[in-house]
Amino acid sequence: MKEILNSINKVFDHRIRLAIMSALMVNEYMDFSSLKELLGVTDGNLASHIKALENEGFLEVEKQFIEKKPNTRYRVTNEGKISFHKHIDALEKLLNSK
Amino acid sequence: MSKEKYLEDLGAIRKIMGESTQFLSLSGISGVLAGVYALIGSFYVNHLIENHNGIYITIESATFRLILITAGIVLLMSVITAFVLTYFKAQKSSQKLWNQVSKRLLINFLIPLLTGGIFSVLLIKQHVYGLLGPVTLIFYGLACVNASKYTLRDIRYLGMIMIVLGLLSTAYPGNSLYFWAFGFGVCHIIYGFIMYFKYDRKTA
Repeated sequence: MKEILNSINKVFDHRIRLAIMSALMVNEYMDFSSLKELLGVTDGNLASHIKALENEGFLEVEKQFIEKKPNTRYRVTNEGKISFHKHIDALEKLLNSK
Repeated sequence: MSKEKYLEDLGAIRKIMGESTQFLSLSGISGVLAGVYALIGSFYVNHLIENHNGIYITIESATFRLILITAGIVLLMSVITAFVLTYFKAQKSSQKLWNQVSKRLLINFLIPLLTGGIFSVLLIKQHVYGLLGPVTLIFYGLACVNASKYTLRDIRYLGMIMIVLGLLSTAYPGNSLYFWAFGFGVCHIIYGFIMYFKYDRKTA
């Protein structure tokens, strides 16, 4: 039991971070405004959670210009993918235990 | 330690993964109406062919021009209906009509469809009208299969039925209007009603 709890990733133990990771797992990349629209959160809120995930090395930021407008898009790193899978596995084990 | 919280987490993950990859606001009723337009168009074309003077319908004849105009009107009305009804459905479920997902859906739908459209125009230029029915069925079917990754999966089956009808219609030439009417008319109507009862009524 304790072992399983250890693989529950504290970084993902937050609904918005979990949602950001979920969306990026099934999409090659997503930009800031699409994520914002999907999750229905404020700019500041989204930015701070993205920053937290970025600091962990779970996602990478790609800045580019589309028709002279700055566009920031995000992509999960390999490390992020592995950690997310571990987290999901732990959740499932936890739910199946007992 | 709440098990419910983790269960909710898994539910949220599934929901986000679905919402961020599938456009769910396609209207079922627009499928039914597209089918109705196609049937009316087919009956009219059938009427035109039966009342045509002369054995062959040539590309220069007024009958051929009327058939093309009918096909164009059916296509245009179907597209407008689909757009308007989908717009209202998206508004109701507060999903934006033009987002990353719908963009991807449209692009993947249009690649096979435009290929088929251009191919049809080239066939007309080469005077091979006999294949127009099968070609439109097959390419429309391929477009549906291709787009199904980005919307309700059910559209995949509609696409596969259209492809089979297109191939059958090639194997039995001379009946292509019936295959066309069955595919674009009857199948659209059945599919639209299934979609409506399966998804639309719940959210309405």
